[in-house]
Amino acid sequence: MNYFPDEVLEHVFDFVASHRDRNAVSLVCRLWHRVERLSRQRVFVGNCYALSPQILIARFPGLKSLTLKGKPHFADFNLVPHDWGGYVQPWIEALSNSRIGLEELRLKRMVVSDESLELLSRSFANFKSLVLVSCEGFTTVGLAAIAANCRFLRELDLQENEIDDHSGHWLSCFPDSCTSLISLNFACLKGEINLAALERLVARSPNLRSLRLNRAVPLETLQNILMRAPQLVDLGTGSYVHDPDSETYNKLKHTILKCKSIRNLSGFLEVAPRCLPAIYPICLNLTSLNLSYAAGIHGSELVKLIRHCAKLQRLWILDCIGDKGLEVVASTCKELQELRVFPSDPFGVGHAAVTENGLVAISVGCPKLHSLLYFCQQMTNAALIAVAKNCPNFIRFRLCILDPTKPDPVTMQPLDNGFGAIVQSCKRLRRLSLSGLLTDWVFLYIGMYAEQLEMLSVAFAGDSDKGMLYVLNGCKKLRKLEIRDSPFGNKALLTDVGKYETMRSLWMSSCEVTLGGCKTLAKEMPRLNVEIINEHDQMEIGSDEQRVEKMYLYRTLVGPRKDAPEFVWTL
Amino acid sequence: MDGTLGLLGGGSGGGGSSGASANESTVSKVEVVEQDFVGMSSEASSYPAEAELELGLGLSLGGGGAAVKAKPCKWGERGRILTAKDFPSVVSHGSSTPSRFSDTATAAAVGPVSGTKRAADSVCQEGGSPTGGSQVVGWPPIRAYRMNSLVNQAKSQRAEEDKLIGEKDKSPDATKKKIYSKAETNAKEKCHLGFVKVNIDGVPIGRKVDLNAHSCYATLAQMLEDMFFRSATTVKSMGGEEQLTKPSKLLDGSSEFVLTYEDRDGDWMLVGDVPWGMFLGSVKRLRIMRTSEANGLAPRFHERNERQRSKPI
Repeated sequence: MNYFPDEVLEHVFDFVASHRDRNAVSLVCRLWHRVERLSRQRVFVGNCYALSPQILIARFPGLKSLTLKGKPHFADFNLVPHDWGGYVQPWIEALSNSRIGLEELRLKRMVVSDESLELLSRSFANFKSLVLVSCEGFTTVGLAAIAANCRFLRELDLQENEIDDHSGHWLSCFPDSCTSLISLNFACLKGEINLAALERLVARSPNLRSLRLNRAVPLETLQNILMRAPQLVDLGTGSYVHDPDSETYNKLKHTILKCKSIRNLSGFLEVAPRCLPAIYPICLNLTSLNLSYAAGIHGSELVKLIRHCAKLQRLWILDCIGDKGLEVVASTCKELQELRVFPSDPFGVGHAAVTENGLVAISVGCPKLHSLLYFCQQMTNAALIAVAKNCPNFIRFRLCILDPTKPDPVTMQPLDNGFGAIVQSCKRLRRLSLSGLLTDWVFLYIGMYAEQLEMLSVAFAGDSDKGMLYVLNGCKKLRKLEIRDSPFGNKALLTDVGKYETMRSLWMSSCEVTLGGCKTLAKEMPRLNVEIINEHDQMEIGSDEQRVEKMYLYRTLVGPRKDAPEFVWTL
Repeated sequence: MDGTLGLLGGGSGGGGSSGASANESTVSKVEVVEQDFVGMSSEASSYPAEAELELGLGLSLGGGGAAVKAKPCKWGERGRILTAKDFPSVVSHGSSTPSRFSDTATAAAVGPVSGTKRAADSVCQEGGSPTGGSQVVGWPPIRAYRMNSLVNQAKSQRAEEDKLIGEKDKSPDATKKKIYSKAETNAKEKCHLGFVKVNIDGVPIGRKVDLNAHSCYATLAQMLEDMFFRSATTVKSMGGEEQLTKPSKLLDGSSEFVLTYEDRDGDWMLVGDVPWGMFLGSVKRLRIMRTSEANGLAPRFHERNERQRSKPI
C-alpha cells in the first residue's frame, strides 16, 4: 500500500496509541512495519528476558518511553529467591551507549542499583519520568543522583519499593533551578526527610499535581505544603496525627477548603481518627481513595468517612470495614468501578472481618464494578452466582479466601459453580485469581467460557492434569498462567507445547511436574527458556522422575540468560 | 455436582432431583469415593462437551448450579464428594507426608488436598529453615511490602500503647482497653510474618529474614552466617560486595562481627541476651556490626551517649 508518503502513514499511526494496536499495525506489511517502528515512541516489554536491549534499540530508534517488567508475579509473595535476576543495569548501559533519547522509564519487579540510577541520571539530557514499582536494590543515594542530575524531571514515582534509607538529604539534591516537578511519590521510604527542603521544593513547583508523602512528614508540614500547593489533584498524607484542638489542626481545616482539585487521596500511614473530619470537605469530590495502609482507622470511622464519598470510583480499604461497612459503600458509592479489600490480620484465625455478604452487597449497589481484589474468610457459591448476575462487567476478578482450600461453608461443596458463574457471565474477563476448594470442574468452566482471559492465578486447586489442559486448550488469549500447589504434571505440561509460544510465561511450583518433563519440553521448544529453580543445593543431577519444586518458563528471542544465578537451571 | 448433594443429606434439596435415580445405585460407590480421592474418572477421557453434558449453569440457587445430567457410569464418580471432615483447616496441620495425585483410579490418596502440607514441607523462602508449619509459604498472596508494613504497624502500635500505659492513664476502662488490645496485638504478632531487614557493615543493600521461621538464636545466627559469609556463589556482584572471609559464630564473640538489633524504642542492643520471645516482640531490624564498633553496647543497659555513638547514620 504505497499510495501515501511515509509521513502521512506516520501521522495516521500517531492516532494508534495502544501497544497492541501498534503491534498489529506493524504486522501488516514491510512498509508499515518500517514506518511504525521508526515512529514508535512508547514500548512495553512485559518480560525483560524475552529480548535484549540491543534488539530493542535496533528496532525502535525513536524510543522515548520504556516499560520493563522483571521477576515473575509470584515473586511478590516471596516464592522467587533473592538474586533470581531482573537487573536493569544492562538495559541502562545499552541505552546510554546508544543514541536513544530516553525520557521515561517504568520498571516493575526489577533489581535497580544505585549505580544504575546514577548512570540513568547522567545519560539522558531530557529524562523526565521515573516510575519504580516493587523494585529493590537501591538506596537514597541513587535517588539523590536522580534529583541532582535530571534537570527536567517531571515525575518521580516510587511505589512499594524496598529502599535502603540512608538519609533524607536526597530531597535537598533537587537544585533550585528544578521547577518542573509534576508528580512526586516517596510514600514507601521509611526514613526521615528533610522537611524544609520538601517545603521549598513544593513552593518552587507550580505544576505539581501529585504528591505522596511518607510517614516521616508530620501534619504541620502537610499544612504548609497544602498552603503552597492548593492545586494538587493527588495527595498522599504522611503521618496524620495531631491534637484536634490545636492551632495547627485548625489551620489545616481551613487550608483544605482551598484544595478543591483533590481527586485522589491516600496515605494515613499513621492517623489520629479525631483529625479525620478535616478532610470531609474534599471527600465529596474524590474519585479515588486508598486507605489500605491506614490501619489506625477503625471500622466505624471508616464508615463515617465513606458516607461523604459519593463520587468514588476506586476504593482500596482494609477488611476492618466489615460487611456492614461494605453495605454503606454499596449505598453511597454508586460510581464504584474498582474495589480492593485487604486483610488487616492475614493470619488471624476465626473472626470474619468480611465475608461473602459484603461482596454481594457491593455487587447489588455498584453495578459498574469491573475490578475486584477481595480477601475474605469465606465465600459461597450462592454469593458468587449472585455477584456474577449483578456485575457482568468484570474485567479483573481476584478472590482470595484466606484458608486456601476452604469449601462453601453452607453446602460444603467446592466453589466450582460460583467461579463458573463468574466466567460465564463476565464475558470481558481478562484476569482471574481463584481460591477456595476447587476441582477440575472450575477449569472446565474457565476453558469453556473465559474467552478473553489473559491471566490466571491458581493455588491449591484441581484434581488432575485435565484441569490444566482445559485451560490451555480453551483460553485462546491466555498470556500468563501461574500455578502453585496443584496436582498438574507432565501430561498437562507437554500435551500442547506450542501453546507456550503464544504466552508470555508459565509458572508452576509445588506441582507434579518432573525434571524429565521439563527437559522434554525444553528440547522440543528451543525458543522457550525453561528455568528450574532449585534453592537447596539439589543441583546434583537428580533422576528425571524427581519432582521439580519451581519451574518458570517464558518465550524469548535471545535464548538462555547469562545472568542466571547458580540455583537457576535453564534446561 | 449439586446432584450429588442429596446423597449426603446436606445442602439444598432442589439440587437432589437431577441425580435422584442415580443416587440409590451409587450409594455404595460414594463410600468408595470418599476414601479414594479421585476427581474425574479416568474412563472419561474425552472432552466433556462431547459427553452430552448439560452444564446448565443456571444463576438460580435451587436449580443447583451445574445440573449434571450425565449418563450414569459414563462419568463414573462425578467430581468429588466432600464432607466437612475432609477439610481440616490448613492451620491445624503440621507437615506430614504429602499424598499423591494421579489420574488413575487406583491411587489410594489418603486425605484431602495435600498441596498445603507439601508447601509447609517445602522451604521456599529465603533464609533456610522451614516455617513452623502453621503458615503456608507465600500465602495469603499479599505483596511482601504490604505484609511487612502490617507487621511494623502492629509493632509500633504496641509501642505506642506501652508508652501510654507507662504514662499512667487513670481511667480504668482505657487501661483495660489498652491492655486488651496489647494482648491482642501480641497474639497477632506471633502469627505475623516477621520479616526484618538486616544490614551488614560495608554493604549498602540489606537483606530480609523471616524471624518467625526460627525458634531460637542459634538457627537465626546460622542462617545469617550462611547468608552473609558463605553465600559467595549465590550473591551476585551488583556493585562490589565484599568477600567476607570469616565464617565464625556471630553470637559468641569469636567473629570479627557481632549481631545487634534495634528495638521498639530505637535502641541498639546485642542479640542474645533476652529470651527469644521477648526479642521477637521488640526487634525492628538487625545489623551485623564490626566488633570494634560495638564496644559501646552493653548487654542490658545502655546509656544515652553511647547509644548516640553506635546509632547507624
